[in-house]
Amino acid sequence: MIEDLTFIAQISIKSSVAVLLATVGGIITERSGVLNLGIEGMMLVGALAGFAAGHFTQSPMVAVAAGTMAGGALSLVHAFFTIALRSNQVLSGLALTILGTGLANFLGRPLIGQTGVRIRQLPIPYLSDIPVIGEVFFNQSPFAYAAYLLVPLAWFVLFRTRTGLVLRAVGEDARSADVAGVNVELTRTLSVFVGGLFAGLAGTYLSLSYTPGWKETMTGGQGWIAIAMIIFCTWNPLLAFFGALLFGGLTALQFFFQATSMDLIPSYVLKMLPYLLTIGVLVLVSASSRHRKSASPADLGVPFYREL
Amino acid sequence: MIRVAKRKQPLRYQGAVATFSAVAIALVVGCVIFAALGVNPLTAYTAMGKGVLSSVDAFSEVLVKATPLIFTGLAVATAATMMLWNIGAEGQLVWGGIFAAGTALFLFPGLDGWLLIPLVLAASALGGMVWSLVPALLRAKLRVNEILTTLLLNYVAIIYMEHLFYGPWRDPAGYGFPGTAQIPEAAQLVRFGGTRISIGFPLALLCAVFLYYLLKKSIWGYQVQVIGKEQRAAHYAGFNVTGKILTVMALSGAFAGLAGMTEVCGIHYRLQTGLAVGYGYDGIIVAWLAGLNPLAVPFAAILLGALFVGGEQLQSVLGLPSSISLILEGALLFGLFAGQTLARYTLTFSSRSEVPS
Repeated sequence: MIEDLTFIAQISIKSSVAVLLATVGGIITERSGVLNLGIEGMMLVGALAGFAAGHFTQSPMVAVAAGTMAGGALSLVHAFFTIALRSNQVLSGLALTILGTGLANFLGRPLIGQTGVRIRQLPIPYLSDIPVIGEVFFNQSPFAYAAYLLVPLAWFVLFRTRTGLVLRAVGEDARSADVAGVNVELTRTLSVFVGGLFAGLAGTYLSLSYTPGWKETMTGGQGWIAIAMIIFCTWNPLLAFFGALLFGGLTALQFFFQATSMDLIPSYVLKMLPYLLTIGVLVLVSASSRHRKSASPADLGVPFYREL
Repeated sequence: MIRVAKRKQPLRYQGAVATFSAVAIALVVGCVIFAALGVNPLTAYTAMGKGVLSSVDAFSEVLVKATPLIFTGLAVATAATMMLWNIGAEGQLVWGGIFAAGTALFLFPGLDGWLLIPLVLAASALGGMVWSLVPALLRAKLRVNEILTTLLLNYVAIIYMEHLFYGPWRDPAGYGFPGTAQIPEAAQLVRFGGTRISIGFPLALLCAVFLYYLLKKSIWGYQVQVIGKEQRAAHYAGFNVTGKILTVMALSGAFAGLAGMTEVCGIHYRLQTGLAVGYGYDGIIVAWLAGLNPLAVPFAAILLGALFVGGEQLQSVLGLPSSISLILEGALLFGLFAGQTLARYTLTFSSRSEVPS
């Protein structure tokens, strides 16, 4: 029983890493007032670039760097169109996902079925010997450890540093921030870029560690789930742990039922659950925040014009 | 330093300028991709053009692809007119297909065509409508963001459809092939000449005209447009915004459902993989390329259809993956944004940032 639960918990963490990273990146972007619906596309491109770099160089470091940078590079397309040209942020994000999916499918075709580098679980000495907790949290891939560090770091930067204050000011009231001498365009561009790096890293995790290999559908909507989780965790990186774990937990249950061939819940219902649960979470958040002020950055999705 | 300033007077043919630049920019992006792959862009575009225009058969395939695109384009445009985002046309298309196949295979398998076809048609519209009403209700009653709910429901719809044709609906005589049995002949749409164009195509055109007049000539359409442009004004004018969200999304879902019907009853004749190939997402591009004008939607759909058929040609002639059309689609949309900017603003390039006069 304890063994089963430990197993489920360990897989839950493993399954939540990509959503967690993408969510935190999305929070950074949205806190600056830019909505980027292109996370799914950036994750796919990151997954492909990471896998391809690993395949050709056999170097895990190069692979991770390439995947992360690819996500960041694609995000700059969104930054250019929404910040420099003031295009509609919803449409531009959707276009980014379409473009990213197309690029990944097109460039990745020759790599289907190939082998690349694999980043395996790396138990942390001593910590992983702690009963249950060690197995669950400290017998994971380096990506999970990176997430353990990056998530609190993102929170700290956003809420405890001057940089974070400026970033949030731009997202809450770009005009006032501008009057106070903040470079709104630059702040937003960098925030979008950092969000892209996170999404790229999340994708790299999928293709190098979680399900090593390249498959065109390998993100399976995790980028969209991340966008919902941003709302769920009220734009706070620390709460993103819980949102991502919800998703990871359901995925782990799915594995568990499959592994033990239990027929408690039909498999197609299990497959639907992460999506249905995400919708449920959105409903809960909306229902509970009806009479309160929304936690959303006030200038989210609003283009900034200096000359008006 | 690039400076963006609003034009004093907007350009006269804003929409046309934007669409034209979208195509131009997509063509340029295509050139870059082909060149990067070591393929002469001219050779590639010639192959695409030949594939589309060389014969009646070839061009008829463009209209075959355009048929579902018109429906999903109308679906997205209907919702977007009221500033609602229906990213769920894919899932609504799937439910339209499920309802169409279910009606033809299991509910009324023995009916004559003149009775069965209208029933299948209504069923598919209903299927799409039911699926779009879930996010519509959540949006109208609880203000749940419809972008995410419509999108996430796509995954649910596809998983359910796969469950149906891998499981309970699987053709018992299909040698384990995932898919339902063929729908009865009475439910198969009439095709024109020797082509694969079915009556679904003129039906799609009819729907475009219908939506145009509905939006332009009815009080309902007028209110929808006002709500889309000025939500607050509409509120003060006493328009029933909640009710409009439901009716607009229902109509939007019905259009997408019809796309599923024309695919199942006009092309595949069964429910199988290949129904959800992204027409729902392509509808977003169709709608915005058309500037949300229902009468322009068929043209945008044909343009995209030509892109798909051309992309398939690239695969068979030059051996390039046909997913290049997906990249060009993305480029088309980004090109549209650039075009919109050009139409609305002037760009001035200067070496230093200057104080605006």
